[in-house]
Amino acid sequence: MSIIIDETKRVLVQGITGREGSSRTRLMLEYGTQVAGGCTPGRAGQRVHGLPVFDSVRQAKDELGPVDISAIFVPAPNAKAAALEAIEAGIPLLALIADRVPLYDVLELVEVADEAGVKFIGPNTVGVMSPERAVLGMMGGTAETARSWFCRGSVGIASRSGGLSASAAYYLSQSGIGVSTIVHVGGDAVLGMTLPEVALQFEQDSETRCLVVIGEIGTSQEEQVAGLIDEGRISKPVVAYIGGRMAESGTRYSHAGAIVEGGRGGYQGKVECLRYSGARVVENFSDIPAMVRTLVDAGYASGAGRL
Amino acid sequence: MVLKAQVWGTGRAGAGGIRFADSPAETAAAASELLSTTIHGSPVDLLLVEERIQFEREYYVGLVVDDQQRRPVLLLSTEGGSGIEQRAVTRPETMTRLAVSIRREPAVPELASALHRTEIPSGLQEGLARTLLSIYQVARRSEARIAEINPLACTNEGKWIALDCRILIDDYAVFRHPELGIDIAREFGHPPTELERIAWTVEKDDYRGTYYFVELADNPGTGTRIGFHGAGGGGSLASLDAAQRAGLQPANYTDTSGNPPASKVYRAARIILSQPGIRGYFLSGSGVASQEQFHMARALVKAFREDRPGVPAVLRLGGNGEEEAARIIRDYCSDLPAPVEAYSKAYQAEACAARLKELIDRSTADGLGFHAVVAPERPPVAPKLYAFETRTGRITYDHAVCVSCETKACVTNCAPGILSLEGDLPVLNITREDARRGKCIECLACEVECWFQGKGAASIELPIAGLDEYRKKVRSEK
Repeated sequence: MSIIIDETKRVLVQGITGREGSSRTRLMLEYGTQVAGGCTPGRAGQRVHGLPVFDSVRQAKDELGPVDISAIFVPAPNAKAAALEAIEAGIPLLALIADRVPLYDVLELVEVADEAGVKFIGPNTVGVMSPERAVLGMMGGTAETARSWFCRGSVGIASRSGGLSASAAYYLSQSGIGVSTIVHVGGDAVLGMTLPEVALQFEQDSETRCLVVIGEIGTSQEEQVAGLIDEGRISKPVVAYIGGRMAESGTRYSHAGAIVEGGRGGYQGKVECLRYSGARVVENFSDIPAMVRTLVDAGYASGAGRL
Repeated sequence: MVLKAQVWGTGRAGAGGIRFADSPAETAAAASELLSTTIHGSPVDLLLVEERIQFEREYYVGLVVDDQQRRPVLLLSTEGGSGIEQRAVTRPETMTRLAVSIRREPAVPELASALHRTEIPSGLQEGLARTLLSIYQVARRSEARIAEINPLACTNEGKWIALDCRILIDDYAVFRHPELGIDIAREFGHPPTELERIAWTVEKDDYRGTYYFVELADNPGTGTRIGFHGAGGGGSLASLDAAQRAGLQPANYTDTSGNPPASKVYRAARIILSQPGIRGYFLSGSGVASQEQFHMARALVKAFREDRPGVPAVLRLGGNGEEEAARIIRDYCSDLPAPVEAYSKAYQAEACAARLKELIDRSTADGLGFHAVVAPERPPVAPKLYAFETRTGRITYDHAVCVSCETKACVTNCAPGILSLEGDLPVLNITREDARRGKCIECLACEVECWFQGKGAASIELPIAGLDEYRKKVRSEK
């Protein structure tokens, strides 16, 4: 198993005729994702990489049948409207790729999605990848590089950084340790799915035997993960890295979520919470594979199995 | 009177930023004293002078966007004033919290009923409920991440007065709020510096990719001062940490991410190189980037060849196209005054930071020369210029030189394929208008490849408003 995306999920691409939408559709198709089609208002009847294009999500669903996920490649100012359209049309899971989506738009989406029972990933996410199965979004760049960089295995990666999630998966794969799913939750302060929520999904996933959590300063997501470990709701071993140790308080760095204010969301607090809960926190990002290897060699928590 | 230093950040009272005065003379004296001080590292240049109000109690009313509840949360404390953040932690019982909907404005009775549970005298509850509603409306209207009135005072006559307030607007929403007059949509934690203003002009109207530049506080004695260039938010933060662990002290935090054009990366590099006293240049992102790294490499080649820094550089260009990126750096920077080294994804940020430290320790240079551009040698013929505008610059080919070029590297390396040969000469195969509107993606390949594979006939001007003046000033101060 894996979480969120695999080769059985049917994906719709909103904004499929745009530069990003079109090139990432190709990545998804070539990597093995079932992309059913796409939509862009006013472009019905066109084809992109052989896929049908519709005017609206509703129309696409009527023609294509059930869709599991909508990958939304619509620029930030229109991302909210696109997501609302997908929720309205009854798509159960969305991925918002756009960077710089206004915070109040995200807050509104959270409320509407919660009421409709819809989940979303992002905004400001590069997406989700289950190596050797399927990719949602833009992780890996091209199918060729993605295939050469990431191996399938038993480590689940949940990250607030897109680059570092791919990087962690690459260095793990290089060390002979494969990955079940890589989830980039997004770099913003308010997100659809958060690190703790993804961690809980990995806990339920039979293929995932160890979690790598890549956090950074700002927000309370890492503290919440530590809380879940404390409560016993996450029992799989967790290796964590927190970025931004040296960042100055009160300055917002390039991720909208990366800011320490009023003493909240600081590096030290996160590390202490996680360590206290029993997670292994590495100081250097490059130490992640070795730490996971130690856990692997110790047979994880619950005996043998495929890496 | 009360005089309050208007500085960025909280906790002014503890830092001596608030004074009281009983006469005009005292007010003037306190004002000139305050205006000569520095609070949280920033000189005080603005004061709020207001009437000293007699009140019994200070309240705090605010709205913050809570990342865990993913809702706006209204906050009310019966113990407002300075030090509210600490009290919220040490005595949480003094703070009432109420999560509200972003879509449905809370009604006054609803807010008032939330106050019934508190020890606030019932006569004051409605006034406070109305203030809570006001702060909700202000925050909602201006898309604030944080909006707070602190302190909020109730006079003996029962009148509510906001004695001070603070608001942080969501950077991403600033474009929808011209009425707020925010000139730089960035939370720096300090008033923007001259160089940060220059950097913002590069980012402001160019939505291709994202460019951040913030100067970091100078902490002498904590490491060797370097220019820092990250690529990708999380990877940048991690690389910043790796640099500092290696004994390097970044003078700035720069992030060029989201697949920016080479022109933007070039400008970012030149702005980094404008910082006085840096002894090295460190570029590092996630190391396994999905963007093509050779665009970035050409941007750096152009910046480094124009500025010819006398200090070493380590460039971690890992990911798609990393072999080509490494070749470009290796072949096109070898004649520069100081070493410029490129590394692939096989090298982690920690190793690259350590390598830069080693190069710096070995070098004898102290700071940057801002050397002039050394133009490639060209045949002594009268120029015959062919020029066109791009989104943010201007490209010129000297056709008098192009005649003798055998490789036509400008055409073969043009990423969007907008150049063709007309006879023997490179020209646009699209309209000038299309080139200007973005069909020319400013990948800089025609110029950089022409320097080395061609005859040096191409030149690209990418102005950075205010940078030359800034550099002149820095040099004269030195």
